[in-house]
Amino acid sequence: MTAWRQLVEIARKDLRLEARSGEALLVTTPFGAVALLFVPLAVGTDTPLLRGIGPGLYWVVVLLFGLLVTLRTSAVDTPPQIALLRLCGVHSVVRLAGRAAASALLLLAFELLLVPVAVALYDPAPHGWPWLLVVLPLVAAGLGLLGTLAGALAQGLDGRTTLGPVLVLPLAVPLLLGATQAPAAAALGHAPWPWLLLMLTVDLIAALALLLGAPHLEEVA
Amino acid sequence: MHLQLSPQAELTDVHVDVQRTSVLRGLDLVVAAGEVLGLIGANGSGKSTLLNVLATLIPPVAGTVQVRGPVALLGHAPALYSQLTLRENLQFVARMTGRDDAVADAALATVGLAAAADRRADRCSHGMRRRADLARVFVTKPSLLLLDEVHTGLDVTSAALVDHVVDGVRRRGGACVVVSHDRDQVARLTDRVVELAAGRVAPAVVA
Repeated sequence: MTAWRQLVEIARKDLRLEARSGEALLVTTPFGAVALLFVPLAVGTDTPLLRGIGPGLYWVVVLLFGLLVTLRTSAVDTPPQIALLRLCGVHSVVRLAGRAAASALLLLAFELLLVPVAVALYDPAPHGWPWLLVVLPLVAAGLGLLGTLAGALAQGLDGRTTLGPVLVLPLAVPLLLGATQAPAAAALGHAPWPWLLLMLTVDLIAALALLLGAPHLEEVA
Repeated sequence: MHLQLSPQAELTDVHVDVQRTSVLRGLDLVVAAGEVLGLIGANGSGKSTLLNVLATLIPPVAGTVQVRGPVALLGHAPALYSQLTLRENLQFVARMTGRDDAVADAALATVGLAAAADRRADRCSHGMRRRADLARVFVTKPSLLLLDEVHTGLDVTSAALVDHVVDGVRRRGGACVVVSHDRDQVARLTDRVVELAAGRVAPAVVA
């Protein structure tokens, strides 16, 4: 059994658990949509204002509620399940990478589901939208990796639900900046590459941290 | 009983700390291939820790641990994913160990759960979950089976199934270590019983 096959099976299992629990997409996504709805209700029908703040608000909601997706309860292995995986020869890196892959896919779905809601409520200018094809996966991958790391670090701790977001949010700031600024830069005719590179760097650092830190995180758990 | 001389697991002068507390203190133990070893001791004597050391899940701070072949550990709580069906749980284990999905169905049939294969684990009784957990042994075919209080809460049929599984591992030339507070049960099921006290094997050994 190759590590790659194990990783795919773990991701598939996590997605199946999510499909049964509906924790991320059936519960969190409507909350995200409601959060997007609340702002127009609060600021009124000021269309230019909503159009201006819409993209930024979308990404704030994605990051805040995306944390709930990555830290979902169904993504927590109990000690007997971790022991089982270890005895099946699953390396800690493979276990966490499988989880991060599942989280990234869920986050991508979460992002895509919120896009039409944001468009309907904020009517943002359509410039720079093609860059979302790059930005959406970069944010999903970065947040998935960071959330998986934080979840593993906080595993078994009483304050897991609080500690997880506290650990992830500061590290996710570059993702927020990149996600908002890349399409904005493209819309103004500037090259969005520096912002994309910033997000890619966060993703790579998070992946490296998972690679190097997974064995230690498993010991902590 | 047909004990072989080669050890399935051998622990030499093992020291283990758990959360900065010394749990095992210079423990020596040999589990022979083909042997079923009973492990008894008071609460906190280090029985579960010893099983985790044998499973190589907890590394010793000192001493050596040598274990041959694949290991399975069945503890107090079944290692099932509650929202997956029993079949999906066992298929997951089969795939993780590079085995065919059909092994999962065969294992479920062996423990009498073929009819409940498509039932989610969280909709099964405690005994059914235990049996499904036990079915893992038929999927991974371990050389060393570690059972931590698995008889607790089982009815007569399920308890007999545990005995059957233990016997199967022994017949294949593997070894079992059975932890239980029930001395009569341990004496009946095992070839040899050792008692843990203060992190070591106690001098008094039950025959």
